[in-house]
Amino acid sequence: MSLLRDKFFSRRDLLKLGAVGTLSAVGANFLLPKSNAAAQSKDDLRAQTIAHAQHALQGPCNCEMSTANLLAADEMNPTKFLTTFDYGVVSQLADGRTVREYEIIGEDKEIKVAGGVKFNAWTYNGFVPGPTLRATEGDIVRVKFINKGSHPHSIHFHGIHPANMDGLESVPSGSSFTYEFTAEPFGLHLYHCHTMPLKRHIHKGLYGTFIVDPKIPRAPATELVMVMNGFDLDQDAENEFYTVNGVAFWFNEHPIELRVNERVRIYLVNITEFDPINSLHLHANLFYYYPTGTNPTPRDYTDTVALGQGERGILEFQYKTPGRYMFHAHQSEFAELGWMGFFNVKAADV
Amino acid sequence: MTEMNLSQPKTKTQFTARTLALAIIPLILLAAIIAIFLATNAGLQTSASVPPGTLAFERVVLRPEQIIFSVINSGTSEITIAQVAVDNAIWESKIEPRATLQRLERATITLNYPWVENERHEIKVITSDGISFKREIALAVETPQPSPQMFLSFALIGLYVGILPIALGMLWYPFLRKIGKRGMDFVLALTVGLLIFLGVETLSEALEIGGRVPKPFQGTGLVTIGVVVTFLAIIAIGQLNRGRARDDASQKLYLAYLIALGIGLHNLGEGLAIGASYAVGELALGAFLVIGFIIQNLTEGFGIVVPIIRVRPALKHFAALGLLAGAPAIAGTWLGGFLYSDVFAALFFAIGAGAIFQVVYEIAKLLGKESGTSAWNALNVAGLFTGLAIVYVTGLLV
Repeated sequence: MSLLRDKFFSRRDLLKLGAVGTLSAVGANFLLPKSNAAAQSKDDLRAQTIAHAQHALQGPCNCEMSTANLLAADEMNPTKFLTTFDYGVVSQLADGRTVREYEIIGEDKEIKVAGGVKFNAWTYNGFVPGPTLRATEGDIVRVKFINKGSHPHSIHFHGIHPANMDGLESVPSGSSFTYEFTAEPFGLHLYHCHTMPLKRHIHKGLYGTFIVDPKIPRAPATELVMVMNGFDLDQDAENEFYTVNGVAFWFNEHPIELRVNERVRIYLVNITEFDPINSLHLHANLFYYYPTGTNPTPRDYTDTVALGQGERGILEFQYKTPGRYMFHAHQSEFAELGWMGFFNVKAADV
Repeated sequence: MTEMNLSQPKTKTQFTARTLALAIIPLILLAAIIAIFLATNAGLQTSASVPPGTLAFERVVLRPEQIIFSVINSGTSEITIAQVAVDNAIWESKIEPRATLQRLERATITLNYPWVENERHEIKVITSDGISFKREIALAVETPQPSPQMFLSFALIGLYVGILPIALGMLWYPFLRKIGKRGMDFVLALTVGLLIFLGVETLSEALEIGGRVPKPFQGTGLVTIGVVVTFLAIIAIGQLNRGRARDDASQKLYLAYLIALGIGLHNLGEGLAIGASYAVGELALGAFLVIGFIIQNLTEGFGIVVPIIRVRPALKHFAALGLLAGAPAIAGTWLGGFLYSDVFAALFFAIGAGAIFQVVYEIAKLLGKESGTSAWNALNVAGLFTGLAIVYVTGLLV
């Protein structure tokens, strides 16, 4: 275990892991269908430098970051989203409890959901999905929601909190509201807008992940957040694209770099609108599955998990041999409409 | 006053700069009005967003493991093709010459897709604005490619639905010669009935296809032009011919040729429909369709020879009439099978309809002359009804 930890914190690996985007852009774009237009985003990624690596790797260190280190919306992409956690601005109460203050801005924004395809989204902090908020069980969480969007919105958290913090009341356009509650229980939760009509407020992009770490931290691992969603471009109550972290086929074109024997922990959230379930299937491997992350022992050892809307769970696994391993929705239709990707597993000593 | 009156004849004939100005002033004012409207929008609050573009599908070609189709920007604003899906799977595509299309610009999209013979597929083009345009491939079959064998097969289909039934219909000529003056009027009226039915049918076909034509090409307008221009052009040609001294017999032969021409244009459209439906695999139930056409087209051969019952032209005229009316079916199947386009199909059907209506007009005139004062006596009206009924009943077989 300590070996893993050491490995994780070596500067060399930091840079390598952070370079995921750069490497993968060179590596893999031939394997699966994509259009000409999709190629443009690849170039964008090439242009990025590994300077972002440190930002991208805040996750696994479990350290307490201030929001100042978070990425601006236009710097964000699904790869960076995997490992970008918002720990809030931290302070202590007199009684020693930790207070975490977050700021979420609701805004209308045109985003790219697939190669060349634009979508007029409603966003939390300018990206879909919204920021991954992270706290430790027992922390006081204060989320200031500033609604700069053209419609009333709210934030409804999953977890335990009083009724008046449940986000059923909308925050009118141009005003703000601060949600305050204690982070509990530990586990993997989510948040989303709860303004009616609910369907539209969710499918237009107002959702995100809320992780409550147990007081005794989970074993160190490479932690990745994957939010499964869909985009209905023409408002016909049917999704044209399915994605993980907001862009169709992204991880197809930008495989996630892993190491042999590296422990991987995926925080998997399903917020797909219109379809009853979404799923994840891991190729050539099995994972331990912790539904909602609320129980320290896994419920399952499997390679496919299906989730209804709002369901989420933690997956843990490691690869034994180097190579390219696919992961995708095991609804073939979703896979072929964008929800598929690769892990590029490299030898441990490279 | 007097002076002005005197000067009037002069201004009528002289084309001066002032006349030019008089012609242009309304246009300048028009431009000004449009500019004012664009600037003020008549006070209406309109959103800044441009209306979403529209994309129309044109020809879809299936080759082994490949789907090739062309689209045209039929809207008013620029449009960018971002993604292409087949059967709800995003697929790699090659877009030529480019993905951003201006108004009326075309792109050809090639997909390497393992389509399945005799099954349904759907192609979907998604624009950068997230709008989807779909086209169904009802029954996938490989698109016929021009080859000597294909040309021959199509020619044979054209022969079956065009030349052969018309030739058979013309074989009634000896029988028709045995009937008297009143019988002759009856069959002339019957021919009018046949042709009215055929003309309306052709026109409706033209309008139906015209409705599918990309909007900027104005299918209905195109059909109107096709019908009216053809109708009047044939009359004009007729006037030219009448300038020369001609006897009654050659005038009647001329009328037979007009009928043959009109029917020929109609059969061109029919061939086009057969060829096109063969190309998209819809002729799976084709044998039945062809038989229907054969039976109905028998009546066309009959109609052609009616005006020349008393004339007895040389045999070569019969051959020429038959070919003029029937052979276009062959050309039609070729065109429809290899180069089908809704725009041209609508135009061909419109021309056919115009030609047929012109023939109706000619025969009605002839009938008036033959029957003396009242062309539409009980007998002739009965003839016309019989004509309509015959095509209707034979049409039930299609």
